[in-house]
Amino acid sequence: MADTLQWENTSLVREVERLSGTPVGACFQCHKCSTGCPVGPEMDLLSSQVMRMIHLGQEQELLESRGIWLCASCEACTTRCPMGIDVAAVMDTLRMMAVDRKAAIPDARGEKFNRSFLGSVRRHGRVFELGMLAFYKIRSGDLFSDVGKFPQMLAKGKISLLPKRSGAAKQVRDVFRRAEEEEKKR
Amino acid sequence: MKYAYYPGCSLESTAWDFDRSTRALCRVLGIELVDIPDWVCCGSTPAHVSSASLAVALPVVNLQKAATIDAPIMTACASCYARLRTANYKVQNEPDERERVERITSAPYDGGVKVQHVLDVLVNDLGPDAIRAKVTRPLEGLRVACYYGCLLNRPPEIVAFENAEHPSSMERLLEAAGAKPVEWPYKTECCGASLSISNPAVISRLSHKLLSMAREAGAQCVAVACPLCQVNLDLRQADAKLAHGDLPDTPALYITQLLGLAVGLSPDEVGLSALSVNADWLVPSDPTATVSTAENPR
Ligand code: SF4
Ligand code: SF4
Repeated sequence: MADTLQWENTSLVREVERLSGTPVGACFQCHKCSTGCPVGPEMDLLSSQVMRMIHLGQEQELLESRGIWLCASCEACTTRCPMGIDVAAVMDTLRMMAVDRKAAIPDARGEKFNRSFLGSVRRHGRVFELGMLAFYKIRSGDLFSDVGKFPQMLAKGKISLLPKRSGAAKQVRDVFRRAEEEEKKR
Repeated sequence: MKYAYYPGCSLESTAWDFDRSTRALCRVLGIELVDIPDWVCCGSTPAHVSSASLAVALPVVNLQKAATIDAPIMTACASCYARLRTANYKVQNEPDERERVERITSAPYDGGVKVQHVLDVLVNDLGPDAIRAKVTRPLEGLRVACYYGCLLNRPPEIVAFENAEHPSSMERLLEAAGAKPVEWPYKTECCGASLSISNPAVISRLSHKLLSMAREAGAQCVAVACPLCQVNLDLRQADAKLAHGDLPDTPALYITQLLGLAVGLSPDEVGLSALSVNADWLVPSDPTATVSTAENPR
């Protein structure tokens, strides 16, 4: 016990480091990242706790946490980490791992939103907001939130009834397909 | 001055007023914008949290298309700006990433197309004095809280064109237009960004926090430079008040709308009708008058 700390489940640290490209093992638990996190009050795990749990190899708890889906990708943590760790990239990596490994995601709204958004881009080359929202609502079962805003948004021209397609929609479909092939190689 | 213009998806829908006011302001200031032909979505946050390959490939498709225009890219959306710059950074610094994205897009790319945000163009390429010279309807004494949010300046080694924790480009531009920007501490706090749809409760809390601090600092309105900030402070302002307590109506305007009004553009030319929290009181009916600072009685 004396010569080595028992906490390092090195395989999880190494894997997250490889996928995120950032030195997670260098975290020395100063909590600066958590202090500036805008969604700290809502998170079940703060970013510094996430770092520690990666060291400890607590994969299941991490991949099933709500917190990784509450991250707004604001990069405050990445900007301020004294060890140069790209904390926001670690959050991205954990979300991708959670989807890949079919973890039980406690609140799937964020994941459904991402899927609906990218589905829209894949079809049209650009986001078609109304179609994207419809898919999101069906997928998430979150049918009624914000529906009251639609008439106002339509009247103000903020959403349109028809998609605005990019002339390069076919090219975008090819990019999606080849990106999927590349992701499988990682 | 010529730029390859990348509007991005938000500027075709929820932020059409940002698009209209940016184009109109650039016209008045003599900045030529050439639309990137057949531009595609940058992938925004959903791509970078879902697929590392897609997060680089979608921006690169646009950077490759822009290369034909032979001018730097200018974009107004802070999220597109961050995604395009991040893709360039990865292509330049990570050889594997470059090879991968060249395979995905079936075209070469060296990360060399310069990407600028409209604020960077206005404050660094053009300069506040050029704006001061064009002001016909000064924003006389208008107290504005300049709100930068997260993506414009973070992470600094990739995106920032000024101090990441204490930005001042909007203040400098608005002062040149006659306004009185207020000092306030939440300039670079995050509004919750794309959680807007998947977690509106978080957005309500953050918007309320931002708006009440802006008011406490004496601001009458907020200036923004990002479509996500605008939606979260404007469209979601009513929800924020319902959930967390009443506040005076506080319009959140794009910086290009405020500057556009100052250089004499009409409310229609800057898309003022798109705002949910009304800002018509800014523009008096006498077209030669200065911008009004008398807010509407509620
Ligand atoms: S990027 Fe995510 S984890 Fe980091 S400070 Fe922002 S919201 Fe918190
Ligand atoms: S700021 Fe960096 S070193 Fe400090 S706890 Fe967060 S990740 Fe660890």
